Amino acid sequence: MEPWRKTPFVFLVSFLPPALWLGVFFVAPLSLLWLFSFGDKSGITDIELKWTLTNYARALDPLYLGVVLKSLWIAGATTAICIMIGLPVALVISFAPGRVQPWLLLLIILPFWTNLLIRTYALIAVLRGNGHVNSVLEWLWHIGDGILGMVGLGDYGLLGAGFTPLALLYNDGAVVTGLVYVHLPFMVLPLYAAFDRLDRSLIEASLDLGAGHVRTFFSIIAPLALPGIVSGVIITFIPALGAYLTPDLLGGADSQMIANIIERQFKAANDWPFGSALSFLLMYATFFGLAMRGIFIRRGGEGGRG
Amino acid sequence: MGRSREISGLLGALSRRQFMQGAAAAVGVSITAMPEFAVAAGEKLVNFYNWDTYIGETTLADFTKATGIEVKMDLFADNDELFAKLRSGNPGYDVIVPSSNWVSRMSLAGMLEPLDHSLIPNIKHIVPRFMRNAGFDPGRKYSLPYMWGTIGIGYRKSKFSEPPASWKWVYDSGKYSGRLALMSEGDVLLGMALKYLGYSLNTLDDKQLAEAEALIIKQKPHIKAFAEDNGQDLLASGEVDLVMEWNGDIAQLMAEDGDIGYVVPEEGGLLWEDTLAIPKGAPHLANAHAFINFIHDPDVNAGIATTVQFATPNQAALAKMDKAYTENTAIFAPESILEKSEILNYLGEEAIAKRQEACTRIFAA
Repeated sequence: MEPWRKTPFVFLVSFLPPALWLGVFFVAPLSLLWLFSFGDKSGITDIELKWTLTNYARALDPLYLGVVLKSLWIAGATTAICIMIGLPVALVISFAPGRVQPWLLLLIILPFWTNLLIRTYALIAVLRGNGHVNSVLEWLWHIGDGILGMVGLGDYGLLGAGFTPLALLYNDGAVVTGLVYVHLPFMVLPLYAAFDRLDRSLIEASLDLGAGHVRTFFSIIAPLALPGIVSGVIITFIPALGAYLTPDLLGGADSQMIANIIERQFKAANDWPFGSALSFLLMYATFFGLAMRGIFIRRGGEGGRG
Repeated sequence: MGRSREISGLLGALSRRQFMQGAAAAVGVSITAMPEFAVAAGEKLVNFYNWDTYIGETTLADFTKATGIEVKMDLFADNDELFAKLRSGNPGYDVIVPSSNWVSRMSLAGMLEPLDHSLIPNIKHIVPRFMRNAGFDPGRKYSLPYMWGTIGIGYRKSKFSEPPASWKWVYDSGKYSGRLALMSEGDVLLGMALKYLGYSLNTLDDKQLAEAEALIIKQKPHIKAFAEDNGQDLLASGEVDLVMEWNGDIAQLMAEDGDIGYVVPEEGGLLWEDTLAIPKGAPHLANAHAFINFIHDPDVNAGIATTVQFATPNQAALAKMDKAYTENTAIFAPESILEKSEILNYLGEEAIAKRQEACTRIFAA
């Protein structure tokens, strides 16, 4: 490849469209919001740029910090569950025969082809009181009750007087379930990419030299796949932290997350400066996470070489 | 406000407006595309910005037939979206349908064009009460009523020996613990609590607001969800047995499910009113007036009321409606309860901010 100095024209032509795109659709609107975040609402539709920090100060109120903590907790739980499910799934896919791999990957990606809203509503139909999960449980309950009756234990009500549907919807558990369901592919794909790049001979060597499968996983596979794991964690955690639709539709009376509060500022409260400040705090937190990732990966790389 | 018809599909009951809201939320932007406007004087066109499923089946075509003026209709999902769209200038709409308190907000922000009543002779058909008692728009300078209704409690009849005719059952009782849902919309959530406590829903008294907030927080363990305009779905699917909702949403459900009832509690509630208004900078002023006048033609108006199943403020149209409409308690609440109900006024930016922060505290508690 030629260095760009030798072919400035080619460089310019290929650089301009994405730069324009980035400028018009990312930098310009974000800069506007950034300015808003230092502004003050001076009328129903007017925002006066005062370079004030009151919006940020307000965002540090315990009320909002509490919601941020709750969002961190929910995003953290989502990420942890995604790792627990994603690791074995990605391992299985990367060790599957080459012919099957694309099909397995397709199964992971397939839900992506459906709109998030549709998937979330489908989840409501699955989880609700008379939804599919509870229907199956109820069916099992009746079978169990019937068997108990046949062996003469029917009068003791061992399974309770009647079937009580599980409360699977409208609580924090439902929000985490929904977020895991939506974000699992984000975890599986980078993990798969990392496992796929692994030098298989190292694993064979480890097994040959007497390490068990568990030890091989933690001493060989996990450290080598660390960049993939960190990427998976980051791209699962960040969108989960800003989740808005899922807590709205699946959450209960106290499942409010920070993005729901931001939405309220831009719509019902009509307080764009405060909404902007909240958004930017979330974004700074994201940058912090990405910086940590950079440090983490560099350290991991040095460790590997050392 | 969910005034939409249900679309049935594999996902069960899901109203179209709600779907649009959700879809808009999902992509984070408005999904109503900006219509193409060509501003030309004398152009035979009127750009109508309306809620979904909120006009008669043939109204627009009939208007074109009668006047030769073409109607382009564009849809919004809620008042917030309407306001946000017009906030930084009118993109070309001629007639909009804001709710009462938003008429004040928009007129104060200089976003509305005064109406020329002489161009709307059909005003004479409107029930005088609507012309007189519009605190949000004194003298009806900027808006005329389009449809109105109430907020009340939708409930599953078979679970109740008598209708739950008090806000107590949703705000101050553990009797239906885990079987009830409130609305997440701040003005309504706090407003109905204020009514239950015997205050005005338009109160500016911080102590009364704090009392309402404490009441809701105390009730929280019994509340299944704060529904985002999908309370009727929770009721329909059996997740809850009683739910606070807009009358129209429950009325549509009642038409499909005989076990559903609707009652406006004895303490009174919120009277909502959607209006017809002309935004500042409307390119076709004369056509806009002609369109508003056409909507209040008795026959046209009766046609709209038949389709949308909301209460019309047009008495000449009302006289043409059948009993199934005029005697439907989900459309018309008893006069004694309407007396105790209030229209939500625009309370000022500071009061709105206070109420929204109270909501944040309630949801976080």
